[in-house]
Amino acid sequence: MMSMFERKIKKQIGILLILAAFWGVIDFMIKGGIINPYYELNLILIGINIILAVSLNLINGFNGQFSIGHAGFMAVGAYGAAMITLKAHLPFAIALLFGALLAGICGILVGLPTLRLRGDYLAIATLGFGEIIRGLIVNIDYIGGAYGLSGIPKLANWTWIFWLTVLTVLVISNFVNSTHGRATISIRENEIAAEAMGINTTKYKVMAFTIGSLFAGLAGGLHAHYFYTIQPNTFNFLKSFDILVMVVLGGQGSITGSIIAAIALTILSASLQKLAALRLVIYALLLIVVMLFRPQGLMGTKEFSFSMFSKKSKDKEGKQHGTAIGQ
Amino acid sequence: MEVFLQQLINGISLGSIYALIALGYTMVYGIVQLINFAHGDVYMVGAYLGFFATAILGWSFLPALLMSMVVCAILGMVIEKLAYTPLRNAPRIAALITAIGVSLFLEYGMMLLVSPQVRTFPQVLTEVQYKFFGVVITNRQVIILVVTVALMLLLQYIVHKTMIGKAMRAVSHDKQAAQLMGINVNNTISATFAIGSALAAAAGVLVGIYYNAINPLMGIMPGLKAFVAAVLGGIGIIPGAMTGGFLLGIVEAMVSGYGKSLYRDPVAFVILIIILIVKPTGLFGKNVREKV
Amino acid sequence: MALLSVNDLSISFGGLKAVSDFNLKLQKNDLAGLIGPNGAGKTTVFNMLTGVYLPSAGDIQLDGKSLVGLKPYQINHRGVARTFQNIRLFSDLTVIDNLKIAYHSHAKYGLFGAICRLPGFYSGEKEMHEKSMELLKIFKLDHKYGELAKNLPYGEQRRLEIARAMATQPRLLLLDEPAAGMNPQETHELMGLIRWIREEFDLTILLIEHDMSLVMGVCENIFVLDYGQIIAVGTPDEIRNNRRVIEAYLGEEAS
Repeated sequence: MMSMFERKIKKQIGILLILAAFWGVIDFMIKGGIINPYYELNLILIGINIILAVSLNLINGFNGQFSIGHAGFMAVGAYGAAMITLKAHLPFAIALLFGALLAGICGILVGLPTLRLRGDYLAIATLGFGEIIRGLIVNIDYIGGAYGLSGIPKLANWTWIFWLTVLTVLVISNFVNSTHGRATISIRENEIAAEAMGINTTKYKVMAFTIGSLFAGLAGGLHAHYFYTIQPNTFNFLKSFDILVMVVLGGQGSITGSIIAAIALTILSASLQKLAALRLVIYALLLIVVMLFRPQGLMGTKEFSFSMFSKKSKDKEGKQHGTAIGQ
Repeated sequence: MEVFLQQLINGISLGSIYALIALGYTMVYGIVQLINFAHGDVYMVGAYLGFFATAILGWSFLPALLMSMVVCAILGMVIEKLAYTPLRNAPRIAALITAIGVSLFLEYGMMLLVSPQVRTFPQVLTEVQYKFFGVVITNRQVIILVVTVALMLLLQYIVHKTMIGKAMRAVSHDKQAAQLMGINVNNTISATFAIGSALAAAAGVLVGIYYNAINPLMGIMPGLKAFVAAVLGGIGIIPGAMTGGFLLGIVEAMVSGYGKSLYRDPVAFVILIIILIVKPTGLFGKNVREKV
Repeated sequence: MALLSVNDLSISFGGLKAVSDFNLKLQKNDLAGLIGPNGAGKTTVFNMLTGVYLPSAGDIQLDGKSLVGLKPYQINHRGVARTFQNIRLFSDLTVIDNLKIAYHSHAKYGLFGAICRLPGFYSGEKEMHEKSMELLKIFKLDHKYGELAKNLPYGEQRRLEIARAMATQPRLLLLDEPAAGMNPQETHELMGLIRWIREEFDLTILLIEHDMSLVMGVCENIFVLDYGQIIAVGTPDEIRNNRRVIEAYLGEEAS
């Protein structure tokens, strides 16, 4: 019999092959002009939004903290990465890494003092930090001030974005499905009990916040290098809110939920683009209606999997496993 | 010194606006523990109603102010009934997201209705300037302060001397106990939204005559900052919101007055963060800890 | 040397002295009870012992080392685990995940191993799963390992909370009203279980309980708290006949 490790490796190689095939087909279609630039743009946006939503979900959904300043960290990553390619002329990969790390460091700096605040207070603090970061960028002329930064080389493409999205989802889901992830989730469930059971709650809150911020920074770097121009206003409260909506609609504590919501909302947003102000009115109404009728979001805390449809067989398997150990 | 006094005067005018909006935030939070993100947009609607009454209907200042307050009070109650009441027992984040949804709806709904362009408020009050020791005070600033103080006194009277005020305090203390004592909790919450919204509308009209310009997104920043003011004073505490509003207005005016106007917005949020870290319950707040 | 030694412990909340000059000594393998009327300050003592509250005066020593000023998780790492009066399970998680979380401090793999899914991750997870199942079996919850904690009946939730505390591998176990809400049959079983885990795991146990049949039945030593002060210490028989204890519970006239 294969060891559990070998079995998992085989399964993962299988998933990797499927992903590679998907990437290859789309890449071929983009290069061959079958997917026109407009659709390509939306594919890129979907990728960036998945990174943003999944990383915010780690903070809001799994850790149960309440951040509404995610766009601030995206801004740090975007400006940080753009500085590296634009002013230091270093390779794109280093720029992305730098932007992400810078956002992660900001996450630690913001998280340490504020994460002891609870619920609404934390929400306001993160909102405040998002606004402060934006306010500072506006005031630094070296990085373009209020007019923003333009002429950033277009280095991000489908390949970069696809694989970095995969990496983000993989890292965050591996984190969540480990003892560290369980420690993170226990804080959401009952912070006092978690602390009493030996979980260093401050450490795990800051860790979740930092990992979340880091990937927001990565998304920012990708954004900057696809759209050549970034402005402080791109990363305002409305952007944070957009990300929050994806997380909540998808289900807080469900990675697949965030992915589905990021895809659906990006498409919805693109198809309503022509309606200008009406787009946001429809968006707002949709949001209110969903919150009124399904406040836990699409997936709740569950994950989407094909075994969901054959729940019974999975239960049986689980029980046998349980008794085998019990005997 | 002159700059200081001048900015103090400007700060008090600006602070009046923040304080009026902050009151609504704080009252609503005190009674239903909801950050009503749509509150800044009620203020925007109030400004547009004032514009409509003065520019289109040709009313004078006071009737316009009253009409705007009444209509916004109704708007506040409608928002509460349609969007927040069904979510009273839902997770907090659901209510918060709904509030943001309502906010977007008001902003972009208004944009559809009146177009995104900036409107110039008519000169309902001819500006008169008074000079004392080199400091300029306009009659508009005086009116803002007078109206604000009058409304605050009225609010204090309502909260402390009337039945509905007592009911509001009881419900914010303990909803269930209040209900058992025969208080109609739903009506009390409605009344709180109505009063808060009316105050925001007054702030909107005052801002219209002070700055002369209004637009559909004008509520976002003052809304957030009024919220900062409410937190500064201690959320849920009425005198706290008043103090916080004035303090924030004065600080902002000082920052602008000394040539750092671009830092105005970040400074407000830095104050927010400091207060949250040092004393999250605000200047007037008391600490409560979770029972284990 | 005593395992736990509490010296002149006091705490006040806004001028009100909730506990004053509380003294207690537990030897290794003791099974002691802390009783007293409602509001006497029993849970407050637990909260100070586990670092939830910081005492205003006095000292708490475990094996001669002070616990005062440590955070709850650090005190847990020193070997003190507890349950709560109002059950605090991770209610939206499965029964086994509740235990695995408590095993977290003894996990055999790090952050890097988890994210990169190194072989150590799988062996570490397997070990945690097996250890958790063993504990669940002791607490007769193994057949419910996949259910959400919130869906268990009340008595089982209480048992799960004790199992979870045991998963942190404590030397000293503090039980806050473990029998609350249980029927006599369940209480009786719980008594047997408490005795058994003390022997099996070489534990020292201090429990708060209102159910006198349980306290008198399992505890060898009883501390009685009233208005924040110890009014009596002794064996169950001594406590049963102590005048001050009877007064505290029934009022002056009854005595």
